[in-house]
Amino acid sequence: MIEMKNVSKWYGTFQVLKNCTTRVDEGEVVVVCGPSGSGKSTLIKCVNALEPFQQGEITVGGISVGAPGTDLPNLRSHIGMVFQNFELFPHMKVIDNINLAQIKVLKRTPEAAREKSMSLLKRVGLEVQAEKFPGQLSGGQQQRVAIARALAMDPLAMLFDEPTSALDPEMINEVLDVMTELAKEGMTMMVVTHEMGFASRVAHRVVFMDAGEIVEDAKKEDFFGKPRSERAQHFLSKILHH
Amino acid sequence: MFTGFDFEVIQRSLPYLWQGMQFSLGLTLLAMLGGIFLGTLLALMRLAPYKLLSYPAGAYVNLVRSIPLILVIFWFYFLIPLAMKKLTGNPYASGIGPFYSALIAFTMFEAAYYCEIIRAGIQSVPRGQASAAYALGLDYRQATTLVILPQAFRNMIPILLTTSIILFQDTSLVYVVGLTDFMGAAGKIARRDGRLVEMYLFAALVYFIICYSGSYFVKRLQARYNVGR
Repeated sequence: MIEMKNVSKWYGTFQVLKNCTTRVDEGEVVVVCGPSGSGKSTLIKCVNALEPFQQGEITVGGISVGAPGTDLPNLRSHIGMVFQNFELFPHMKVIDNINLAQIKVLKRTPEAAREKSMSLLKRVGLEVQAEKFPGQLSGGQQQRVAIARALAMDPLAMLFDEPTSALDPEMINEVLDVMTELAKEGMTMMVVTHEMGFASRVAHRVVFMDAGEIVEDAKKEDFFGKPRSERAQHFLSKILHH
Repeated sequence: MFTGFDFEVIQRSLPYLWQGMQFSLGLTLLAMLGGIFLGTLLALMRLAPYKLLSYPAGAYVNLVRSIPLILVIFWFYFLIPLAMKKLTGNPYASGIGPFYSALIAFTMFEAAYYCEIIRAGIQSVPRGQASAAYALGLDYRQATTLVILPQAFRNMIPILLTTSIILFQDTSLVYVVGLTDFMGAAGKIARRDGRLVEMYLFAALVYFIICYSGSYFVKRLQARYNVGR
């Protein structure tokens, strides 16, 4: 579904991504982890071209992301994305946040969009909040709305960029529960996260990044059982022992 | 103290003064709408990643902001007839009249100031908002008009109104091309009836009341928005 080949990216002379190669197959859940500044967020943003990259190739569903002729809005409309800071549109009601792209991009009728939005809000347990503004919701609720907004586009795959990092601890689980359920339904997911519990429960594969490189790309059982690289072992020992 | 003053003159000339005021308010409103529209385009150009767009817009803004408004009004008044003659090839082509040339001058001048305000307003919207809009599949135009600008304008309303209050005061400069705004009307009556003190006092009072209540309204608005955020 998502395929990356030798992707490299520079900010000026600083190389943030070094020859990254990995893939996410249909129905697979891949967790990307690693220390801060290792390039995981940059990598996931390259998948839907929110960040440009200078070398290598990324294809989503066979369509090249970096090629000059690619219809990016069309491509992006098939890839859901959830951000660390939710990025709901604060000037629109919750329901309108979810309706917007359905109407403007998918050209659904307002009634059809509304029906879809309400069913998704129900699914994330927030149908009573439909007429509120994002600022009136808690962080966990906002992130669930953001997930509903992405799902409203009937995406082929979902990208999660540290979806729980900005949340208070007691709200993390309500978001992870929604994501776990999505994964169980067979959604193709690429998740940048520090939630190793989520990774060990839900992921099929774990990609470990450090300093712009993909250091380890292994099945979940192998990654948590016996990580091959020293850097991954070091990272796991720091993150699991507290 | 006011013996020898004739404040009756104000009452007698109210209809004429009202005409002047309508002109002032009309010019302010039109120049404001035109200036904000043009200023938005300029701001988007300045923020565009293409030098072909951002450089000319930047040059225009810096040029206009470096010359006095009165000069711009003069320019348009005298240049437009010249340009029309050149363009149409008709040596008798008249201009577009003082009103439209003043309106164009004000619009183009204010656009440069509005541009800088709007540019700051757009930059005050977090970058993630644009990312989220693009990630949903919206294109540049949709992301700008549906997501970025509504938030930018909401942040900018107080300063846009403050600028417009200054614009209202500046409209009194149209006397240089022979137009009669409120200030001009007051001045004409003052000289005709020899009642300079009364008329100019009255004009000052009227400007004060309008501009002060405008600023007060802006302050109230600002307080409300700060609570809402």
